[in-house]
Amino acid sequence: MIALKNVSIVFNQGTVNENQALSNINLSVKEGDFVTIIGSNGAGKSTLFNMIAGSFVPTQGSILLNDRDITREPEYKRARYIGRIFQNPLLGTASNMSLEDNMMITYKKGFKWLKRSLNNRMRDFFRSELVHLNMGLENRMKENLAMFSGGQRQALTLLMMVLSKPALILLDEHTAALDPKNAQIVLELTNKFIKEFNLTAMMITHNMNHAIEFGNRLLMMDKGEIIFEAEGEAKKELTVEKLIAKFHDLRHKNFEDDKTLLSDE
Amino acid sequence: MIEGILVEGLIYGIMVLGVFITFRVLDFPDLTVDGSFPLGAALMAQCILMGTNLWLGLLIAFIGGVIAGVVTALIHNHLKVPNLLAGILTMTMLYSINIRVLGNRANVPILNQETILSQVSDRFSGLIPDEYILLLFFIIVAIVIKVLIDLFFRTDLGLTMGAMGNNEQMVISQGVNPKTLKTIGVGLSNGLVALSGAFAAQYLGFADVGLGQGIIISGLASVMIGEFLVMKSNRIGVLTFCALMGSIIFHAVVYLGRYYGYVIKMTPNDLNLIKGILIIILLVLTQSRKLKKVALKAMVDK
Repeated sequence: MIALKNVSIVFNQGTVNENQALSNINLSVKEGDFVTIIGSNGAGKSTLFNMIAGSFVPTQGSILLNDRDITREPEYKRARYIGRIFQNPLLGTASNMSLEDNMMITYKKGFKWLKRSLNNRMRDFFRSELVHLNMGLENRMKENLAMFSGGQRQALTLLMMVLSKPALILLDEHTAALDPKNAQIVLELTNKFIKEFNLTAMMITHNMNHAIEFGNRLLMMDKGEIIFEAEGEAKKELTVEKLIAKFHDLRHKNFEDDKTLLSDE
Repeated sequence: MIEGILVEGLIYGIMVLGVFITFRVLDFPDLTVDGSFPLGAALMAQCILMGTNLWLGLLIAFIGGVIAGVVTALIHNHLKVPNLLAGILTMTMLYSINIRVLGNRANVPILNQETILSQVSDRFSGLIPDEYILLLFFIIVAIVIKVLIDLFFRTDLGLTMGAMGNNEQMVISQGVNPKTLKTIGVGLSNGLVALSGAFAAQYLGFADVGLGQGIIISGLASVMIGEFLVMKSNRIGVLTFCALMGSIIFHAVVYLGRYYGYVIKMTPNDLNLIKGILIIILLVLTQSRKLKKVALKAMVDK
């Protein structure tokens, strides 16, 4: 499915601010995988996502999607098959437009033409999909998204992304900016959609419990490298204590910010 | 007097619709407008003098404006120039181009020529009181253009463009190149501005290279007046209507300033200052209204 081959990113190469954000990453994600990624701040998790999504071009190495080299493909082209949700719930939807307009924009990926697709059949379809969120949004189709809470907008972004049937979804701490209750709801929806639609997903989280609870693979990153990986049965046996001990063994230091990692968000 | 204000408001209203598209929908402050307005006027004047079909002349003016806008967008997109600077660059270049279009002159009178307006006046004179013919004509023109814009922004492409100014990342995430959208939007906007210039030249009876001076300020002030008077809405039809109303009110204010300003010892030279102050006042009013809303909401939430 998606494969990273010897990928490195160096920012400000050749200057005093040179910063090796990712070094020699090799990773292969299979179809149907749900990979959770943990690591302290500055470990390179978000850089990894930005690179897969196309916001950053790697300094060396290549990215393959189903054996097709997409290393230099611009972000907007990759977006047609890579869905992405950010920590900021405002980034997935347009505040100044109504719910139905937002859903129409996100329903189909790729360039839009002078066609008017929003009709009553489409509205009915959107309404029937919104019911899955269980938030009563199906009765608020004409309201501007500015009226909705962060949790509602993030759940909506998730639903709309799933409807566009991406080959890979990237979740960059997409529940971190929400209150605990909404974070739980969005996380459960995420898990439900990934299973129901058999999606391939990668999720960054600051919450070790979530990283262990969800998905079939776990990656631990530090200083731009993947330092630990667990899959299947091995992952099921992990606990927070074991992960922290593992980190200590591998790096001979403590997790600098145990607190953030252990927090319940 | 009143029909004069209305006609002017509607002619410049077409330009305001263009400014609305860049400033509000695309969030692309586009200063090309100061050059594309006289470009439209110059192209139309030349077409009239050359005896081209007048409706073809309008089309040529529109296309000229579109090209000017596309140039700005291309400079911004591909040379990574900030949008303001890209607009100023095109605007500056257009000054020379406009003089060329006018045949190396700064001003070309078309007073005694046959124009679309004179044709319309002749056709309907006697049927409708003379002073209302042009008013009626421009009401129809403005409504047709407004409805076309409304329809455009309800298509899939238009909707995506609507999201652009609010959330560029969302547009990228949908697999659409924001550069393409900017090019289409800024082009369309300047096409409208040039069209407005083409009508203005026929109404005023001349095309002048200085016609565009401060047009962007008039446009922005009109958009803001329209927004201030009517509540915020997410319906494009309401927004474009507000823009047109804003233009009419703005021209009423300018008209008052021009003809009755002497009461407070104002001269026509002070108009630009007044326009600027008007914008500042509007900004302050909008700001305080927003703060009030926030305070109200906080009270309700408690």
